[in-house]
Amino acid sequence: MPIKHPNLQPEPMNGAIPAWHGKIAAGDLQPICQGVRDGGGRLLALWGSDWRVTQHGFVLHTLLVNEAGLVCLNLPLAEDHPVYPDISHIFPQANRMQRAAYDLLGIYAHEGGDHRKWLRHGAWHSGSFPLRKDFDAAQSRSDELDAYPFVHVEGTGVHEIPVGPVHAGIIEPGHFRFSVVGEKMLRLEQRLGYTHKGIEKRFESMTLQQGAKLAGRVSGDSSVAYAWAYAMAAEGIAGITPPARALWLRALFLERERVANHLGDLGYLGSDVALSFGFAQFWILKEQMLRNNAALFGHRYLMDRIIPGGVTADLSAEGRRMIEEECAMLEREVRLLRGIYDDHAGVQDRFIGAGRIEPKLAAQLGLCGLAGRASAQAWDARVQFPCAPYDRLDVQMATYRNGDVAARVIVRFDELLESLRLQREILVNLTGGDELAMPLEKLPGNGFGVGMVEGWRGEVMVAVHSNAQGNLARVHPHDPSWQNWPVLEHAVLDNIVPDFPLINKSFNLSYSGQDL
Amino acid sequence: MYQILKQIVKTGIKTEAAPQPDEAMRVEPQRLQQQILDVLGRALAIRHVDAGSCNACQLEIQAVNNAYYNIEGLGIKFVASPRHADILLVTGPVSRHMETALKLTYDATPEPKLVVAIGDCARDGGIFGASYASCGGVASVIPVDVMVSGCPPTPSAILQGILTAISAQK
Ligand code: SF4
Repeated sequence: MPIKHPNLQPEPMNGAIPAWHGKIAAGDLQPICQGVRDGGGRLLALWGSDWRVTQHGFVLHTLLVNEAGLVCLNLPLAEDHPVYPDISHIFPQANRMQRAAYDLLGIYAHEGGDHRKWLRHGAWHSGSFPLRKDFDAAQSRSDELDAYPFVHVEGTGVHEIPVGPVHAGIIEPGHFRFSVVGEKMLRLEQRLGYTHKGIEKRFESMTLQQGAKLAGRVSGDSSVAYAWAYAMAAEGIAGITPPARALWLRALFLERERVANHLGDLGYLGSDVALSFGFAQFWILKEQMLRNNAALFGHRYLMDRIIPGGVTADLSAEGRRMIEEECAMLEREVRLLRGIYDDHAGVQDRFIGAGRIEPKLAAQLGLCGLAGRASAQAWDARVQFPCAPYDRLDVQMATYRNGDVAARVIVRFDELLESLRLQREILVNLTGGDELAMPLEKLPGNGFGVGMVEGWRGEVMVAVHSNAQGNLARVHPHDPSWQNWPVLEHAVLDNIVPDFPLINKSFNLSYSGQDL
Repeated sequence: MYQILKQIVKTGIKTEAAPQPDEAMRVEPQRLQQQILDVLGRALAIRHVDAGSCNACQLEIQAVNNAYYNIEGLGIKFVASPRHADILLVTGPVSRHMETALKLTYDATPEPKLVVAIGDCARDGGIFGASYASCGGVASVIPVDVMVSGCPPTPSAILQGILTAISAQK
């Protein structure tokens, strides 16, 4: 059992990842969180549910993680006064999650220092809450402009540069407000939520199968990770384990997604420091991989290849040879390009020292995923909680202490090469019958499951609650970008404005994944 | 430097032939006049606006810049401001929070102001549909000339959509 507390009787949850859940009282939330924090644990996600119709009141779900596994604390909240104790002084990353929980569900953190809206701009009235079951979309509609209260920095020579929401490049929308003196950044404040499209509400009108497609589109660059996490949560509720071959194929897809994204990022990181050669080369490799995905599995980004119960695409003997050749080609080319990046004085000059997050700050702010590992945060779900088939793969985690752009580049290179090794291992092990999925039509009633997968960016978590009829009552997808966006605000401090695109790219966070 | 040059020579030229325009994608053929064909006389400028996508459509737009599709080789470039753009490529369902920004971008774009909606979401809201937070397809917010289906559409389909928008009646 991961947490010992006299007022918590955690029940184990079914599923591929060790997880428990338990009811707590309001007074226990902060002490339990503090205990987990003191023990080196982290806050993974925070969300709420409307249980007024089925049981009573609202519930706050706080998902914590430590070495032993996940623990979901369920705190019932009164219908007429849904408040809970603020935990953002224990876990700073809770700040935006708590504000989002208010915007969407109307539950709020008592005494929190920051009560500004987060996901709501002006599309629905304050005081109306989309994730409440009795939400009336037409009545709540508003056309207000955002009018977000940014924090202003004053002083001689300080001026503000607002950027976005529409950006200059081919990227997602968000607003950044820089306070600068000369070229130096004194402060960055982010305003996100522009791509909020009602994903969580949408899940509630979907079948289990439709939900799998939606999960794979929470953040398209992490489609495999989300679809797997969603399937894992559903399979946990249903108490089933997909066929072995399906699990091997899922890991193959996940590693291919990691390689494709790392290739793309390494290319952009080159062109961001004026080495357009890097973009040209890495994107040739990425394109070859995407084409192989299309030829072998029917989709360039492997969307909809994972379904609750298994997978929808198999690999032939011929396909296996193609991947072997591809891995050999990538290994050769990536090593060569890595040598070029390493030896290029101009590139290294820009990479080293830029956007540094010291390990101590990373731990304090909960930096996770690949950016976390570049700042000595040694967490990788494939290593800590190796669910099948990772229990047979012995993943080597890449960690560095420098926490700068250079370190995030090194982690990408290391993980990319490790992913190639893993793919080869998977191919060797890809045996076992030809069964690809076991049928999972519908969930049992009143279930609760969580799935967590180490996507290329970091841990992707999906929580699924089913109602009495076994339909989706509440689905909460959580992107590691929630944790990492606020850290980017720190990473840019004292760097110069022209380095912002480079630093930003070195994190490459998802807007859609956090805007939902 | 030697390594870089060697690698460039070894890589060779990857660019493939561009696809043909597809009249089936056209929404309003009458909007297209001879003057737009003239646009091809200089570099055609494209501005991308993500109005709320899942980001996979962007990945494919980024891919049209790779050596295989080499969009710049066709005389088409991505620009940083709508004021320099001939065409807007719009991805995603239009979130209510992006509605105003999209309209402003459209207003700031000079004629011929062509709009290509990229992906099933941009076509009709796709999997996200229309909701309290989503307006649905791009055409519910600004006029659309060409729609490219797919989730996400392939880089060739995107290129084809762009070429369809700029080629006059054929
Ligand atoms: S069409 Fe598909 S890939 Fe494109 S934004 Fe919509 S869900 Fe994402």
